[in-house]
Amino acid sequence: MLTDTAIETKLSSMTNQPSIKMRGEKVDVFYGEKQALFGVDLNVPEQQVMALIGPSGCGKSTFLRCLNRMNDTIDICKVLGNITLDGEDIYDPKIDVVELRARVGMVFQKPNPFPKSIYENIAYGPRIHGLTKSKAELDEVVESSLRKAAIWEEVKDRLQEPGTGLSGGQQQRLCIARAIAVSPEVILMDEPCSALDPIATAKVEELIDELRVNFTIVIVTHSMQQAARVSQRTAMFHLGNLVEEGPTDKMFTNPDNKLTQDYITGRFG
Amino acid sequence: MVSYLLIILLVASIASAMAGLHRARRQRDLATIKVHSRPIYHALNAAIWTGVPAFVFLLLWTLGEASIQDMLVLSSFPGADQLSGPERDLLISEIRQVQAGNLFTEPSPEILAAVDHLKSLELIFNWAMVAVAASLASIGAFFGYRIIQDRYQARYSVERSVTWFMIFSSIVAIITTLGIVSSLVYEAYQFFTKVPFAEFFFGTRWEPQIAIRADQVAGQGAFGMLPVLFGTMVISALAMAVAVPTGIFSAIYLTEYADQRFRSVVKPLLEILAGIPTIVYGFFAVLTVAPAVRSLGLSLGIDAAPNSALAAGGVMGVMLIPFISSLSDDAFAAVPRAMRDGSYALGATKGETIRKVLLPAALPGIIGGVLLALSRAIGETMIVVMAAGLIAKMTLNPFDSVTTVTVQIVTLLIGDSEFDNPKTLAAFALGLVLFTITLGLNLIALQTVRKYREKY
Repeated sequence: MLTDTAIETKLSSMTNQPSIKMRGEKVDVFYGEKQALFGVDLNVPEQQVMALIGPSGCGKSTFLRCLNRMNDTIDICKVLGNITLDGEDIYDPKIDVVELRARVGMVFQKPNPFPKSIYENIAYGPRIHGLTKSKAELDEVVESSLRKAAIWEEVKDRLQEPGTGLSGGQQQRLCIARAIAVSPEVILMDEPCSALDPIATAKVEELIDELRVNFTIVIVTHSMQQAARVSQRTAMFHLGNLVEEGPTDKMFTNPDNKLTQDYITGRFG
Repeated sequence: MVSYLLIILLVASIASAMAGLHRARRQRDLATIKVHSRPIYHALNAAIWTGVPAFVFLLLWTLGEASIQDMLVLSSFPGADQLSGPERDLLISEIRQVQAGNLFTEPSPEILAAVDHLKSLELIFNWAMVAVAASLASIGAFFGYRIIQDRYQARYSVERSVTWFMIFSSIVAIITTLGIVSSLVYEAYQFFTKVPFAEFFFGTRWEPQIAIRADQVAGQGAFGMLPVLFGTMVISALAMAVAVPTGIFSAIYLTEYADQRFRSVVKPLLEILAGIPTIVYGFFAVLTVAPAVRSLGLSLGIDAAPNSALAAGGVMGVMLIPFISSLSDDAFAAVPRAMRDGSYALGATKGETIRKVLLPAALPGIIGGVLLALSRAIGETMIVVMAAGLIAKMTLNPFDSVTTVTVQIVTLLIGDSEFDNPKTLAAFALGLVLFTITLGLNLIALQTVRKYREKY
């Protein structure tokens, strides 16, 4: 008779279960006196899209921002517990946060291109990390990043124009290209489509699906349809707790938890 | 007299507003349709009608009164029509002096007659003023009260009046500037009729000590402004060299690195620095810094003057730190958090984020601060008078004593001076140069900012 672990291993090999890229164990987050996350255990699978859902203020963005230590920029924020990237503790004092963020990139809710040209926006990351040796190489990185973000055709003739002059949807894809340019392993997206119209949203979602081949993606979203469309796994948060986590198909058809069921069907949230 | 009238006018306006309010409320309560304006607008409208026309009349009247009186007195003065302009001015001022009771000699009977004439005129003018103002106010009050009806658009009328008041206020600034510039230009023109253009702009000797009286022993006088301009530039450059880096770095530290407690202590302290009177900085410069600079210079083997450009410029730089730091601080704080987050999320360090994202985005604000400081440096007088000496020397040596445009303007205008003397008029020419430089700097900076700013 097989043990539970053995069955899991067997199952995972049968369904071609990917390995774990990032692992969160008993993650507590405090903003000053207020606790925002309560002992969250959540694993991020490699080269898949994981969606974090839940009502506003449930802690999903907070968890996301723990994964590349963006919470460090908030003075009163304190993170406890254990978060690893490829088995390495990212809160270890020996870890260089600059290096971590180069490996775990982030795209924000509101498109935030720098007030520089489109070219300079993309070149920013490679330049500060010294990834390229020559102008030609940098040009190449800029072009390939813009291509991967499916915006090359729209901007190739105006690379020297300011990035802030693009439309909202284009700006967001520019920000995704900017994140890709540093060749991260994980890309975190914090409601990347909430400021976009339906057409731009469709383009960004399509892009997310393509990016899955090369990157591990964690996306926070308020749209159930978006989570269902782009993700392979979904995690449901409520009041700072992880309610349930599982394959997206299962979460949306047959969730274990009543809370998830109610949230997905729009009965609360 | 006028001030009493103004107070009475104010009281009348308030009374008419009260009456208007009362009437408007009654109208509103009786009205069968919806009234257009709220009662307060009717009240304000009534007050405006009562007060403003009479006020404008009083203003114009007091401005024009004296010259009309002068004209009337002179026209009946025997032989006044044969006098030249300045002589007429002298005559009228003599009449006014006698009327005010300042007797130097026994006035002639013609003058005494003119004084009597002036006195009777003033009486008539005063009564006329009271009568006109009172009738304007009462007509206005009557009209403003009667016009209150349920459909009268009092709100529009009040808003229009406020708009006119705002237009008037903004024009005051323009007219004042134009007045100052034109008086500068006029006097400077007078100067250039006495001293050639080329000598002033390209001359390298500044020795304005020329004889005022024929029997006085003095130099020929030389009005080359280059040494003075050099002094201004040297001192401003020294001041900016101290203030710009210190100001910007302190702003960066305060917005990006310092914790809340440090910031809440240091920021008010910096602002206190801006509140110290320049004369106090002057003491500090001449008593503490200048001797220190001199001994430093001597120990380096440089022949340092007791009053040096370095002392004045350095202290001026300290004075200017808060201007630059405070404005840069605001500019950094105004850069959205999303810009910082975007940069940090790409793995940029704090330094890279500041250098490549924050500085370009905050540039217009920083340049604004630097320019404000530079204009202050060029225009600053007190510290330089006290600590930099008065010798107009063409030098770039910061240990030497220099003089600046502003200091020279002060020394030129001190003491008895005639307005047809190039020594006095030179002050206006220097003033015009200073004004042009500051204006030019502002224009250049505006262009630079427009070109290089990174707009978020």
